[in-house]
Amino acid sequence: MNITMSKTGSILDTFPVEKIRRDFPILGSRVHGKPLVYLDNAASSQKPAFVIDAVQYYYTAQHSNVHRGVHYLSELATKKYEEARVKVGEFINAGSEREIIFVRGATEAINLVAATYGRMELNPGDEVLITGLEHHSNIVPWQMICEAKSAVLRVAPINDNGEIVQDEFNRLLTGKTKIAAIGHVSNALGTVNPVKQMIAAAHMKNIPVLVDGAQAVPHFRVDVRDLDADFYVFSSHKVFGPTGIGILYGKSRLLESMPPYQGGGDMIKSVTFEKTIFNDIPYKCEAGTPHIEGAVGLGAAIEYLNSLDWHNIQEYEQALLEFAEKEISAIDGLKIIGNAKEKAGVISFVMDGIHPHDIGTILDREGIAIRTGHHCAQPVMERFGIPATARASFAFYNTPGEVMALVRGIKKVKEVFEYV
Amino acid sequence: MSELKALYQEVILDHNKNPRNFKRIEDADCSVDGYNPLCGDHYTIFLKMNDEIISEIAFVGSGCAISKASASVMSTILKGKTRTEAEQLFEKFHHLVRGEIKNDADIDQMGKLAAFAGVSEFPARVKCAILPWHTMKNAVEKKKETVSTE
Repeated sequence: MNITMSKTGSILDTFPVEKIRRDFPILGSRVHGKPLVYLDNAASSQKPAFVIDAVQYYYTAQHSNVHRGVHYLSELATKKYEEARVKVGEFINAGSEREIIFVRGATEAINLVAATYGRMELNPGDEVLITGLEHHSNIVPWQMICEAKSAVLRVAPINDNGEIVQDEFNRLLTGKTKIAAIGHVSNALGTVNPVKQMIAAAHMKNIPVLVDGAQAVPHFRVDVRDLDADFYVFSSHKVFGPTGIGILYGKSRLLESMPPYQGGGDMIKSVTFEKTIFNDIPYKCEAGTPHIEGAVGLGAAIEYLNSLDWHNIQEYEQALLEFAEKEISAIDGLKIIGNAKEKAGVISFVMDGIHPHDIGTILDREGIAIRTGHHCAQPVMERFGIPATARASFAFYNTPGEVMALVRGIKKVKEVFEYV
Repeated sequence: MSELKALYQEVILDHNKNPRNFKRIEDADCSVDGYNPLCGDHYTIFLKMNDEIISEIAFVGSGCAISKASASVMSTILKGKTRTEAEQLFEKFHHLVRGEIKNDADIDQMGKLAAFAGVSEFPARVKCAILPWHTMKNAVEKKKETVSTE
């Protein structure tokens, strides 16, 4: 491999990436006869054997329903499930595990807040403030509740670099704003938003803030109390855990004030046909038998992440992203979309005369997995006047060698299209 | 590279780069939008009908090389065809890109459309090739409806 690093002793040379890669069985696979180069981590990340084994062991030796039986397995499953909740709470520095709600993913978490807090707080003419960088999951639930409540959805614009215009955001926080919902890191462009500052600005006007952290938690440690976020949501499958489970963090005072999201078992204290007494948080928000093995797997993922040196990981990922941006932007006829000062994990790009889908198909045959399309962020694409981008997204297990494979793959794309 | 070469044939790359009939028809008898919400490919197809015959066909829009070339090649082939012939070609094209036409001679017989035979090896791209044809079919049927209500 002919990679020349600019300086010796760089984190790109010293980070133990090969050791980490061995923890992820799928990274050793071959695709179309080529070694897999997995650069679609913003869509979903791969799982370490530690997580896979934990889920398998759960079903092999620990499974029953939770919060129900007095028998051994039910107690054990309950213990594993509740331990996972504690791990998540500590992972994001929640004040209490009661503030950690298990949901299906970031999408369901936002829907939950929109359908409960939104339903309770919004009146005709009130406003919800989002930004021009949001994923559809942080747009559509708000649109739906605004429509139902005759409220108004406001959108803070982004600039040509793909950064939220902070003055506009502040200006749009008004006496009518009942909640602001902002992404921590943009899935389409990689922009890291100054959420702490944005939350402080909203709190000056007593406006609570929901932060969509789906793309942040995989890349850096998040402290919800330091941010002073009122709600913080993320998905397990993007942080090396199983699919189908995610987290809604909410300040207990807010969660307690909200009506239940769904009715059913587990969320009640007592039921008669005349009256139901709802359970306390977090159970009030978790109707029905939960995704127990998902919680166990997420707990294992957090345990795995806690075993890594996060100071090093953040430095490595930043160096890898800078290296990739430098190598990729040097390719003729290629343009990177989104040039925010603060970025994490994502390079979105377009090529002259070559549609992103064609880039994706040709790279796939080289064993390289990237995402192409609008990335569930059509308003972002519209802002830049493009229908789609090709997106390479990184995790701490990606290597400079894989960046170079991507560069060679992109050159192959050009060769195919220079045929005429 | 061989499957890729079979997908990105010269005909397809040429029609992608220099799409034929890539324009609006201002006095079209009908125009229909075709949109793939998953990937954002978006085309509008314009038709002028002379009774049962497609006297003019053109398109505008954007999308990948496969969808654009498919729209372009389709436009060159359908001009002068009857509504029924267009619908028959729609069926044939479907079979082709789904890999349901096995016999090489049958594929060769499809002329320029044969260039899309390689699409069948790329299941994720079949809908790219088919989008313009679906749009055309809707346009033709819309015309039919218009005619039947007159």
